Amino acid sequence: MIDFPILSSLILLPSIGALFLFFNRSNNENNLTVKYVALFTSLVNFVLSIYLWISFDQTTSDFQFVEDRIWIENFINYKVGVDGISILFLILTTFITPLCIISINNSIKNRLREFLIAVLIMESFMIGVFCSLDLVVFYLFFEAGLIPMFLIIGIWGGSRRVYSAFKFFLYTLLGSVLMLVAIISIYWITGTTDVTKLYGIGIDAKYQNLLWLAFFSSFAVKTPMWPVHTWLPDAHVEAPTAGSVLLAAILLKMAGYGFIRFSLGLFPVASEAFTPLIYTLSVIAIIFTSLIALMQEDMKKLIAYSSVAHMGFVTLGIFTIQQQGIEGSIIQMISHGLVSAALFLCVGVIYDRMHSRLINTYGGIVSLVPKYSVLFMLFTLAALGLPGTSGFVGEFLILMAAFKDNFLVAVIASLGVIIGAAYMLWLYKRVIFGRLINSDLKGMIDLNKSEIVILTCLAIPTLLFGFYPEPLINTIEVSINNLIETHNIKIVSR
Amino acid sequence: MEISIIALPLIASIISGFFGKFIGDRNSEIVTSLLVSISAIFSCIVLYEVVQNQYEENIIIATWINSGSLDVNWSMKIDSLSAVMLVVVTSVSALVHIYSIGYMSQDPHKPRFMAYLSLFTFAMLMLVTSDNFIQLFFGWEGVGLCSYFLIGFWFKKDTANAAAIKAFVVNRVGDFGFALGIFLIFYLFGTVNYSEVFEQIPTITNKNLNFLGIEINAIDLICLLLFIGAMGKSAQIFLHTWLPDAMEGPTPVSALIHAATMVTAGVFLVVRCSPIYEYSELALNIVTIVGMSTAFFAATVALVQTDIKKIIAYSTCSQLGYMFFATGVGAYNIAMFHLFTHAFFKALLFLGSGSVIHAFKDEQNINNMGGVWKKLPYTYSLMVIGTLALTGFPFLSGFYSKDAIIEFAYLRGNTTGYYAAGVGILTAFLTSIYSWRLMFKTFHGEYNNKEIKIEETHESPAVMLIPLIFLAVGAIFAGITFKELFIGNEGFKYFWSDSIFFLKPLSTEHPPLWFLILTPTLVIISIPISYYLFLKNKNLTKQIVKVNQPLYQFLLNKWYFDELYANVFVKPSKRIGLFLWKFFDLKIIDGFGPDGISALIKKFSIKANKFQSGFIYQYAFIMLLGFSALLTFLIVK
Repeated sequence: MIDFPILSSLILLPSIGALFLFFNRSNNENNLTVKYVALFTSLVNFVLSIYLWISFDQTTSDFQFVEDRIWIENFINYKVGVDGISILFLILTTFITPLCIISINNSIKNRLREFLIAVLIMESFMIGVFCSLDLVVFYLFFEAGLIPMFLIIGIWGGSRRVYSAFKFFLYTLLGSVLMLVAIISIYWITGTTDVTKLYGIGIDAKYQNLLWLAFFSSFAVKTPMWPVHTWLPDAHVEAPTAGSVLLAAILLKMAGYGFIRFSLGLFPVASEAFTPLIYTLSVIAIIFTSLIALMQEDMKKLIAYSSVAHMGFVTLGIFTIQQQGIEGSIIQMISHGLVSAALFLCVGVIYDRMHSRLINTYGGIVSLVPKYSVLFMLFTLAALGLPGTSGFVGEFLILMAAFKDNFLVAVIASLGVIIGAAYMLWLYKRVIFGRLINSDLKGMIDLNKSEIVILTCLAIPTLLFGFYPEPLINTIEVSINNLIETHNIKIVSR
Repeated sequence: MEISIIALPLIASIISGFFGKFIGDRNSEIVTSLLVSISAIFSCIVLYEVVQNQYEENIIIATWINSGSLDVNWSMKIDSLSAVMLVVVTSVSALVHIYSIGYMSQDPHKPRFMAYLSLFTFAMLMLVTSDNFIQLFFGWEGVGLCSYFLIGFWFKKDTANAAAIKAFVVNRVGDFGFALGIFLIFYLFGTVNYSEVFEQIPTITNKNLNFLGIEINAIDLICLLLFIGAMGKSAQIFLHTWLPDAMEGPTPVSALIHAATMVTAGVFLVVRCSPIYEYSELALNIVTIVGMSTAFFAATVALVQTDIKKIIAYSTCSQLGYMFFATGVGAYNIAMFHLFTHAFFKALLFLGSGSVIHAFKDEQNINNMGGVWKKLPYTYSLMVIGTLALTGFPFLSGFYSKDAIIEFAYLRGNTTGYYAAGVGILTAFLTSIYSWRLMFKTFHGEYNNKEIKIEETHESPAVMLIPLIFLAVGAIFAGITFKELFIGNEGFKYFWSDSIFFLKPLSTEHPPLWFLILTPTLVIISIPISYYLFLKNKNLTKQIVKVNQPLYQFLLNKWYFDELYANVFVKPSKRIGLFLWKFFDLKIIDGFGPDGISALIKKFSIKANKFQSGFIYQYAFIMLLGFSALLTFLIVK
């Protein structure tokens, strides 16, 4: 492969930036310098990841840019690499982080430097999650990602931040412990934790069910799937805007990625066996949380619940184990990463001005904030899956694949699309349209330059991939094809 | 040129939507109207080419979704069916654009309005020129979205916002069926392109599926699912509730979207899929029954409504019912013919009513109008033309298309056919009654408006009247001019060619003479009847209402559909949502999950705390207890 360790650089760069911030105490007073340093770091990382995408070879399903270094002799290797499945998540991470950093204008008043350190460290960990090819390394990144998020909620959160932070931590940690046990047992069974080797060897079918369940318990919490989703609304509500964005756009994608990479890749037999379980939970998530979202009074909670419903589509699509289903899921995750990030930012924008997240505080602000209204409308439409936005492509492909597999599941899941339209449009109507009743709103000012830049940056890919998703599909196509083929071979050869 | 037909409205929309502030109100009005008019002229040229030279083309613009075996393109399919739709859509749209310049002259948001109209035109064109089901779905949802924007255009009105959401969500219910239909097509054929799907249809005529526990023929199921979508968009009974509410939008919108174009998309869908529907007797019968019921239901409701636009909305609903039952009895070309003529006279009636509303300064209740026919001579005479055409008065456009539907239903010769013909005639009679009721109450009798004086009512400006004149010309001559092309034997062979598929050749017989003159006679005698009922002897009408109070209330409340849906769907959904949230998530999941566990741990640690009391004798006692228990255990063992 190439000599330049591009993936390690991607992982390390944000941390180096964070380190720089950490030692840069002299400039403590000057907030802007701190912010520019962080922004610069993350932008360099973004450019680097785009370079990665350009030089990525779409015609092979092999892992590329692989780096393999011995960490602990005969036990753990530090091994990273990307294929079609992981590269898009990596780019999503590097794309969202700078936007997050720009968005921190008014929302973070104290300890800005520490906040930025947390964000950058988190970026490092997330990139690590998406490109590690060793189970132990993956586990370390996966769990370490919790810590900055825990701090972001716990330190810069709202009034109930401690409760939310602990709930978040409790849920996610409990699930992960089982995954650790499973990773250790895989090592005992096969003698390696190298993912590519494991793909080759395969794991004996008699162990698969238990191992699958252990991984599932961790991924299900992080997705989050029903019924272990209740941490998400609380975490979102209390987290500062930038935290919510990172949580929704990137953190939730780790589990979906994990399902594809590990559950499907390592345990094909068990994945087939547990498909009914996943279908049931996904469908319940779609319908139940959509109905719950309909009744929310808090905007962030509404979007959080809608995220659970959207992730329900993702898990449904992954376990159809079909080309359209898995591609749909990945596109849905990318789309959700863009759209939910944008929606949380939209809430953040008016929260910064009015300091209320309650829907009934607002109403009739369309003529006060026309630019905001247009962009908010665009993301509302993307969230309800209108054709021409990226939300549609993913959802439609997933449902199409699910229909091939099971009529009932597809029919019920499609019902969620109706409720989705209802709660999103109703939210928009109550916030933006109607008569201006609350006189406090009269002084509201429209988007400032940096807000326009951020939201436009998110709007462009949302529309582009709605009309022309080929760049995404071409990147993932070969890898997914290979995944399904090897999956089928393993199922048959059993 | 073909692509510019679609592209021009989109460009117009972008210019007006994003740069409206910079180029000013007047310029954005001119730009949008001009570009859409050019697109209309191009469409006419395309139709001419299709008629003269059997021009057909399938232009692929770009790839859209290409995932595994699914291959969807952005494309433009031109054949006689889409050419007709192109002309209907762009010409009515161009006229409505021009009309809006006058109608919206007082509105502060003109560029936004024009941008929505152009965007709608773009989406509708995408819908009709698609060569596959997914682009059709794109257009389908796109027009729904523009309809949502335009219904809720006056965003300060709560009713308008509610109506907009209702329109979108009810349409989503239809789209749910439609999407499932597309999934099923992909499941069965592995493709979503029309031509590839239609080719394979004859090979699966005997295939049965088990769908949610029901054993059903695959083709029947496809047709029924697609028809659910068509019912939503074309406001057929059960999914019609959004259309009358949609009248909250500005009147030009009602003319363009809710009369001439978008609502006919459902009919277009069924006609486009004639190669599928022809193989499904069951689906065709259901289409007939639904169409017929809607035609009748909407006509009865229209009889008692008092809002001028709602009457016309129900009338639209009813006429769409006619189109569906034409497709249901296999007369796709006649359905298209009625769609074509209807676009002219219904747009004329809507724009005319807009002119009336304009004259009365936003009054819509026909009980508060009357006696102004001399004050509004142009509007009046144009609306008379529209009404005559709608009711099917001999030799106007509605006469040719509507009577053809009824005749063809009769000629079908089976029970549904006879039944449909009967209901068709009855509905034609009702149509005539309610249409003249509207005309008499609006323009004749005494002047009933208390808010503004009769002198203040005024005729609309030329910019509003000229489009009306164009439409009136269409309403008069569209029938006689295009009759041969659309439903004549010649047109059948050369014009429609492959775009409409008939399994059995259409019957070329003629119904008996008495049947031919029955409908026109009823239509003509209904004019004096409604004159007598609504002008001459109003007491009789009041008497009838008094005697039939329950029936009157039933009709006035639109058969109580809204109340039914509110109680069966809307309120329970909210209640379930609240229950799932407050009880299930917070009490059960959280209660036994994180909160429960942390409470439990806390409880145990408090208990454990008590052991550490610091008193030696307590520790010694516990030790003694443990020691003796251990000893007992060892001895017993």
